[in-house]
Amino acid sequence: MEAHAAHPAAAPRAGIRLPGVGAGLGRGTILLYLSVIVLLPLAAVASKAFDNGLDAFWTAVTAPQAVAALELTFIASLIVVVINAFFGTIIAWVLVRDEFPGKPIINAVIDLPFALPTIVAGLTLLALYGADSPFGLDVFTTRVGVVMALLFVTLPFVVRAVQPLLLEMDREMEAAAASLGARGFTIFRRIIFPNLLPGLAAGVALAFARALGEFGSLALIAIAFKTEVASVYIRSLVESGNESGAAAVSVVLLGASLLLLASITLVQRWGSRHDRGGNTGLTVMPMSGEDFTKDQETDDE
Amino acid sequence: MSSSRSSRWGLRFLGIGYLTLLLLAPLVMIFFKTFEDGIGPPLDAITSPDGLHALKLTLIMVAVAVPLNTIFGIGCALLLVRHRWKGNVIIDGIINLPFAISPIVIGLSLFLLYGANGWFGPALADVGFKVLFSIPGMILASVFVSLPFVVREVVPVLQEIGTDQEQAASTLGANAWQTFWRITLPAIRWGVAYGMVLTTARVLGEFGAVTIVSGSISGKTQTLPLFVAKQFEGFNFAGAYGASLLLAVLALSTLLAMNLLKRKEA
Repeated sequence: MEAHAAHPAAAPRAGIRLPGVGAGLGRGTILLYLSVIVLLPLAAVASKAFDNGLDAFWTAVTAPQAVAALELTFIASLIVVVINAFFGTIIAWVLVRDEFPGKPIINAVIDLPFALPTIVAGLTLLALYGADSPFGLDVFTTRVGVVMALLFVTLPFVVRAVQPLLLEMDREMEAAAASLGARGFTIFRRIIFPNLLPGLAAGVALAFARALGEFGSLALIAIAFKTEVASVYIRSLVESGNESGAAAVSVVLLGASLLLLASITLVQRWGSRHDRGGNTGLTVMPMSGEDFTKDQETDDE
Repeated sequence: MSSSRSSRWGLRFLGIGYLTLLLLAPLVMIFFKTFEDGIGPPLDAITSPDGLHALKLTLIMVAVAVPLNTIFGIGCALLLVRHRWKGNVIIDGIINLPFAISPIVIGLSLFLLYGANGWFGPALADVGFKVLFSIPGMILASVFVSLPFVVREVVPVLQEIGTDQEQAASTLGANAWQTFWRITLPAIRWGVAYGMVLTTARVLGEFGAVTIVSGSISGKTQTLPLFVAKQFEGFNFAGAYGASLLLAVLALSTLLAMNLLKRKEA
């Protein structure tokens, strides 16, 4: 290659860059990897769903059991997202603005659902709220149990999406509002909440996507007919050999996932002043690492 | 100020109470349940041939998926951040897909691709290569579900560190390779490590996708999470809780590693 670096004018201006051919090669490799791992398999699902024509797809998706499963999935996910938006915001608030002994431990525990295998999450919930629960309730094969499991696995999303925005927030706005006579809830509603909205929306969308597709934590709890969510239904279709039916219901879930991902991207563009990826149009996922490059001590002063 | 103080206590009570009931109490319960009848039964279950095989298989998944997605993740993040291209938005979007897609759908997708009637299944079967109900399929599932983590962690760090030092290095005559090893990689190392920890956690615990492609055959294609489910369904609760505790301990070490890495960066 001509890369003797003899003339300084050719020195890379944007940090480490591959020469033109290299970048193309890199892109090719990445697209190949993504195709083999992600795109081809998904294409197989889409193609299988419409294998027997649009009518067969429609019949599979509108079968009473499919409708019931999809309905339960969407309603349960909606309930879960609302509850976790509420508690997630409170937890983020407590972690950023409150001081109490043990706060670092609480902050670390938030990520537990990301780290704990989902099957274990389901088992732990059954251990405490199952048949021999010390609280005298039994969520095994109940819809309450489904909601509980989904609450568990989606808990971190809103907290981790809202927390960095709260950390970044300019406290002077609140001080100004307070000096003008605004009380606590008014300040929250008029000043704080609008600032948290982009993060909250992204966190809610991710949590919703996660809840729609969740399987592991439900595998032990939701084994009754009335608790059959979409993922459990798809599995039972696969096991009974109805591959095109399974693919059809999967396509509905896939469509919902794509919509949610697109909405996250749009929300991030809209709230791009909070978005470190904004100028390149790259998404920033509210994972636990979101506040990772920030100084952790700032919230402790 | 008394109302502000009481609302502060109210919020603290609500937030921590919710966490305790939903996360902490169930986790404590796992420890309690496992050792209800002493250490013998859970230990026997884990050290049974099937239990040990499940542990081994889980570690194999981690050993393959994590390096693969780390190398891909670093390369992909560099291309996305440092090389503007119209297609970047599309690559970025594809990378996020595994976050939003149901593990069951991921399992099904591989099932349809490599199954007996799948696109590649028959051709691969002819050359004697079995993907479904064996380790290659399980690895593909693990790689799929854990694909985004390293990319998503490294992209913001790369954007934050900028290019000043890299430019200085190349002005001083370093080639791209040297610049990467001496400047870029050291600067992003904690982000990479953090992404690897998240990838590991995800692969360790993957259940839905692997359950479809593996068939969960005891002693053959069963990872630890699948072992937990099988034991539970067979009413062998000591085994289920024992293996769960092992996974929970791994998860807690992951959590610890995550926090140590965050502190390192700060």
